[in-house]
Parts: sequence; structure tokens; C-alpha cells
Amino acid sequence: MSLSTTLNRGFRIALALAGALTLAACANTNQDQAAAGRATPGSSQDFVVNVGDRVFFTVDATDVTPEGRTTLDRQATWLRQYPRYTFTIEGHADERGTREYNIALGARRAASVRDYLISRGIEASRMRTISYGKERPVAVCNDDSCWNQNRRAVTALNNAGS
Amino acid sequence: MNFLNGLTRREALMRAGVAVASLPVLMTLPARAQVKVDINKPGDFQPITIAIPDLLGDAQLGKQIVGVISANLQRCGYFNVLPQQAYLDKITSIDTAPNFANWRTINAQMLAVGTIARGGQGLIAQYRLFDVLTGEQRDGKQFTTTAENWRRLAHILADAIYSATTGLGGYFDSRIAFVDEAGSKQKRSKRIAVMDQDGANLRYLTADGSLVLTPRFSPQNNQLAYMQFGGDEPRVFLLDMQSGARQNLGSFPGISFAPRFSPDGARVVMSIINQDGNSSIATMDLGSRNLSRLTSGPQIDTGASFAPDGSRIVFESDRGGGQQLYVMGAGGGTPQRISFGQGRYSTPVWSPRGDLIAFTKQAAGQFALGVMRPDGQGERILTTDYHAEGPTFAPNGQVILFFKEKGPGPRLYSIDVTGRFEQMVPSPNFASDPAWGPLLA
Repeated sequence: MSLSTTLNRGFRIALALAGALTLAACANTNQDQAAAGRATPGSSQDFVVNVGDRVFFTVDATDVTPEGRTTLDRQATWLRQYPRYTFTIEGHADERGTREYNIALGARRAASVRDYLISRGIEASRMRTISYGKERPVAVCNDDSCWNQNRRAVTALNNAGS
Repeated sequence: MNFLNGLTRREALMRAGVAVASLPVLMTLPARAQVKVDINKPGDFQPITIAIPDLLGDAQLGKQIVGVISANLQRCGYFNVLPQQAYLDKITSIDTAPNFANWRTINAQMLAVGTIARGGQGLIAQYRLFDVLTGEQRDGKQFTTTAENWRRLAHILADAIYSATTGLGGYFDSRIAFVDEAGSKQKRSKRIAVMDQDGANLRYLTADGSLVLTPRFSPQNNQLAYMQFGGDEPRVFLLDMQSGARQNLGSFPGISFAPRFSPDGARVVMSIINQDGNSSIATMDLGSRNLSRLTSGPQIDTGASFAPDGSRIVFESDRGGGQQLYVMGAGGGTPQRISFGQGRYSTPVWSPRGDLIAFTKQAAGQFALGVMRPDGQGERILTTDYHAEGPTFAPNGQVILFFKEKGPGPRLYSIDVTGRFEQMVPSPNFASDPAWGPLLA
């Protein structure tokens, strides 16, 4: 049980890193991949790499998926452990919708994540939500292989430097 | 403030620095079959052939003005401007009858002639429009304006020719606001730009490096309402186009977006994201800054647009499941669904003529631009593409501007409401979220 969780988690991190590498190639972000594995516990890097800062949604949906709930459970555990952080939940949509609707859709996704984290005991006062609609994709392509990365809600730590 | 109401366009033109007067009719001949067009009739359409010799008088300016007029008429799709090399007749005066036989020989249906002179007060232009087949004068006007207004003078002349020939209102003397896009897709910088409808006189109204969306003209033509990111929450702002001064219209909790002015300019309708993550529609009175919430409930209501008489609002909502179009009273009330086709309908906008609502439609993995009557009947798809979005009507309700996104970035396109004439609108960079302003008047 504990072994399979570890394995699963390792697999998930590998996937996340692969995603990040693809992104880096597209967007020329300079994420330090090597350092990511040895992130200091309680650091924002620890949160992004070892917990997972984002959950994904199916087309036009705003309910958190079972995979998303697993990620949010880990986020809730981590956020309880490090109460010094406040955070912003950013809701995003893929490009296959109209501009105004996608703003609204992103807001619903952010609210879904907020409600879930509250249900896991995180104080509402620590979080705020925002929607970027389809304005900030992380992946650019012409099919669902990357649209599914853009349909997301990202938990962004606000005072990560402190 | 709202001085255009109750004034004719002619009176308004005089206030805006372009004065207009009618020229005496040069001659009246017994009317034969005159050039009569019904642009909106279905079926084959042949563009109207028109000859436009350079204006007499100031030769250089006369050529420039005819260049702008011809480009407008050719681009709109309803005219075929005959090349000047083909002209057999030389116009020497606009106060004597042209030799119509020579214009019939080159198959010109219409002939526009004019003069342009620089006077102490600025520019004086006179023009006459003839039906070549009957020899009848269809229009004759004199315009006076200042020298720097020469392009507007050309647009006003083009509007006069367009209106006298088609019976439709003009639209060439108008501007377009849009979002200019730069940088990678992941981190786009977006700023608001405004230009003449033919792409001239481009001006940027917000700073580089920002994220702004959906600029919309005030009916007085002096302000834009738009959505701006930055600060704690994205909000609706008002921008004074002359001074660049901004006002925050969203100084209440919740993201505000998708603004549009009421036809009298007194209110802005917008969408507000509630605490529960749903979106509802509200209007803000610009005088008192009071907010009236028109819809509520666990749904996404957005994309609101007023009818031109201000009595009703069309918007999109997923209250019945998918995105569909609804119409309600301008003060709220029970919305009536008007779209019933297969697919998702969004971004409705009411024609300034009142006869149509244009929308974006998503079906079968494609995007389409369409129109329907305000009661939902008569749906017509004008164009279908990988991604097409965000219609806005020309001041005469005859042409729609929208954007298409394919490959690295979006571009503006225009299409007329018959769907016959679609073309790209030139912009220096990627461009999206167009808004067609009122006639400059």
C-alpha cells in the first residue's frame, strides 16, 4: 500500500517534470530541474514538485476529478503543516471557448478547488481566487494533448519568499 | 453631453468640424431604369460598377482622397471601382453634364465626380454622384473641414456614395478598438489600440506589458469600457480615449468583466463573479455608481448586450445546461431563451439597426459566426472556421467584425451580414476582441 503510493507518486512527479520540461522548451522558462528533486521541505519548490500545485479538469467541467482530489488532499496536508502560507487559486480554461465564458469557467474551477480545500480544514481566510480564462495557457498546441494541461486550477503560494 | 441625440447627422457633422451642404441638382432627366440594388436579397449579387476620377482642383489631395474612397468601396464588396486607365472621358467641370455615353461604354453604372480646394478656412469639397444609365444626379453635396481632416472627408464622401447607391447607412467614417497582442502565447502582452475602420491612424491607449480584454465603445465615442488584469482582482475600467484617464468601475468584491454601454451611455452592463464562483449580470449607473443586479443563481450569465432602443438585453447563459442565448428586459425579469440549434451559443451582440443578433457558435469542433433575429428565428451561419469569435457590428448594422485565431495568433476579419464578403482587416500585430465604434459624426 505504502509502496504503491510511493511508486504512484514517483510516477506522477515524473509526469509533472516531463510536463515542465515541455513547457520549458516552449516558453523558455528556466526552471532548475536538478534542484527540484532536493527541494527544501516547506519551500514553494517542495509544494510544486512534491505535493503538486495544480489539478486538471475535463472539457467544460468544473468538478474536481478523483485524481484532482488526491492532489488537493496532499495540498491540504502540506498547507496545514505550513500555516505561514496564504495562497491564490488561479482558475484557467483551454482555448476552445469564447473569451468571456472562459473567464467565468476559470472562476468556477477556482471556486471548486477553494471549496474542496475548505472541506479539508484549510481556513478560507488564507485563500483567494482569481480567473485567467484562456489568457495564460501553459501549453500551446492544436489538440487536446495540451488543452488538457491548460484546463487547470493552480494553487499559487503568495508569500513564498518569506 | 449626449448632443448627438435629436440632431441629424448633417448637423452633427458641422459640430464635429465637417460642414455639409447640398449641391443643386445638375439636371433631371426622365427616369429610366435606375441602378437599384437590394444588397440583402438572397441569391447572386453583382457588385455595382462605379467610376471615380480624381477630384478636380488640388491634384495631389484629389488623388489621395479618391484613393481612400475607392479602397473603402472596393473592400466593402458591394462595388467594383473601375480602374482609371479605362476611363474614356476626362472630367473638366462638375457643373456640366458628363458625357454619359463614354461612361456607359466602359460599363460604369455609377459615376462620382468632385472637386477639392484649399481655402482660408481649410478644405472645401464638392461632389456629385450620377446614375450613368439614366443620367440622373443621385447625390450632390459640399463639405468644408480643416486640412488635417482630409481622410475623414474621404470617408464621409465614401459614405455618401455608399448610402446614395445602396440605401443603407454609411460606416466608413468610424473607428475600431481592439486588443493588440504581442509576445508568446503563454505570456501575452495585450494593449488596447484604436484605428480608423480602414486601418489608418493607429493609436495605443494602454501601456505595453499589461493584460486587457474586450474594449467596448461608449455611444458618445469618447470612452471605452474594458476588462483589466492587475491588482488583486481583474475588473471593468473606463478609459477616456482623449486623455487616457482611467476609472475603476469594479470597486466592489468579485471579478467584473464583459462590459458594454447602454445605448444612451448612462449605464454599463457587465458580468460579476459571485462568491460561489458563478457569474451574474448587473448594470452600473455611471452617474450614481449604483449597481443593479439583473440575474442570480447557480449559472454562468455573461456576454450581455443592449438592444439599440435600450429596452432589452441579450446574454448567454448555461442555466439550461450548455451555453445558449437569452433575452430579458433591461431591468431584469424572466429571460426567454432564443437559441435552439445544435451547439453552444455565446458572445451575442445586438445590431445597431435592431434587426439581428450576431453570435459565436461552437459545434462539431468548429467555431462559427452567425446571426438570428431577436426572436431567435432566421438563424444564418455566416462563416465557419477552426476558431472564430466575438462579433461586433458596423454602425450601419450591415458589416460584422470578429477575430479568427489560427496558428500563432489572432487576426481581425470582417464579413457582411449576407455572408458574401469576408476578408482580413490589416493590423500591425496579432489582434483580437474588436469593437466597432459609432459614426464619428
